[in-house]
Amino acid sequence: MKTARVIWQGAVHVATPHAVGLQLASGEVLAESAVQWLPPVTGGTLIALGLNYADHAKELSHELTQTTKDEPLVFFKGPGTVVGHRGRTPRPRDATFMHYECELGVVIGRPARHVLARDAMGCVAGYTVCNDYAVRDYLENWYRPNLRVKNRDAATAVGPWLVDAADVPNPHDLRLRTWVNGEVKQQGHTADLLHDVPALIEYLSRFMTLQPGDLILTGTPDGVVNVQVGDEVVTEIDGIGRLVNTIVADDAPPP
Amino acid sequence: MAAPDLPAVVGLSGVVYGALLNHELAWLQLGASAHNPPYKAPPKAPVLAVRPRHMLAHDGQAIGVPKDAPGVWVGASLGIVIGRQAQRLRAGDALQHVAGYVVAGELALPSEAADQHYRPNVRRLARDGFCPLSRSVTPAAAVTNPDALASRVSIDGQVAQSSTTAQRVRPVAALLVDVTAFMTLLPGDVLLLGASAAPPLARAGQRIRIEIDGVGALEHALTLEAHPA
Repeated sequence: MKTARVIWQGAVHVATPHAVGLQLASGEVLAESAVQWLPPVTGGTLIALGLNYADHAKELSHELTQTTKDEPLVFFKGPGTVVGHRGRTPRPRDATFMHYECELGVVIGRPARHVLARDAMGCVAGYTVCNDYAVRDYLENWYRPNLRVKNRDAATAVGPWLVDAADVPNPHDLRLRTWVNGEVKQQGHTADLLHDVPALIEYLSRFMTLQPGDLILTGTPDGVVNVQVGDEVVTEIDGIGRLVNTIVADDAPPP
Repeated sequence: MAAPDLPAVVGLSGVVYGALLNHELAWLQLGASAHNPPYKAPPKAPVLAVRPRHMLAHDGQAIGVPKDAPGVWVGASLGIVIGRQAQRLRAGDALQHVAGYVVAGELALPSEAADQHYRPNVRRLARDGFCPLSRSVTPAAAVTNPDALASRVSIDGQVAQSSTTAQRVRPVAALLVDVTAFMTLLPGDVLLLGASAAPPLARAGQRIRIEIDGVGALEHALTLEAHPA
């Protein structure tokens, strides 16, 4: 089953997919463009992975000092950075390199502490698509990736759907792709995750209690390129969803 | 352990961010190494960390120490409670967005590694219960100068660190300006000013007290966990 959270006529609804868009619990069928899409999960901790695909780690290796054998590179994100399907993400005026990151999002379904990898998949409620933008101009080598790069308002697109774990027989056999203005720019496969989903849950639950609604952004593969104001960025994972985001100008007055 | 049903404190949203390395003494201690790899240069933006819900603890809750750790560093941090939406604040109006203040603990597994500030190091810094917060918010009007409050960390009743909220790289207003330049804070969110440098080490089995004069105090027992870090 796939579920979304949408705003329709001023109220929040749970929706399911329909051939022409989506369907509300009332039975009403709507076009995708008729509603406002919220992130399919809310209220949980956002746990993000850096350098979790071998090819992406290699792509960035000229600026790295850690190797792929190190423990997972984990950082957290706050709730203000999340934006739903068909949302808009501002590009800072002075940015020269802002890129998308197509990532498999793993939603936790039950509390987990000291869970071993072999038991970890039972803690997964489902999956979604995430696009975790970074503005590399602001990278600094203190608690990297620092929040100015990774925790900007509306710079983490999530959705459109939460797909039940039962409907995803193998989360490590999914193709990821990103299109910019209709052109494929990024391709990867979850089989290439350095730390796979059970390994991540085991690692995280060693020091933190995972709670239902927590969302693990598992990292991005090779192929990140700069995006410009007006670009339509589509991140898609087979069987999970197709997440659309548009880059907009930062309309705030300059400081 | 952290309660799973946070926000723990009435009036707080449960969203907590913390400034790190915001004490001038921390940079004196780092010295030339701040210019060496892996850092290469001191930071331009405030150094920050997200404090997710698993890290939050009520006053009085026991906090676990992994069985293979020598103890935990314990710092006292002022928590700035946001009163109204704070986006791209200016120095002149930043404090008008503050509803009040709380006391926060800043716990961490100790490290002597030269590169300890390079990565987020969540396994060392972001463990269950490592960010206790006081239950009640002291109204901003009751705090004359948030940048000149005495703070103490005590271990088993003995004062182990006596400091103040002064000598910050970014005092309260400046921190609010530089953080809200790129991320919006909402009412009930907490931004931690950051603890003083050189925090004392407390061991499992000991009791810690974290206090900021005029704001409040936290007390916790440190318990030995069955698992390693």
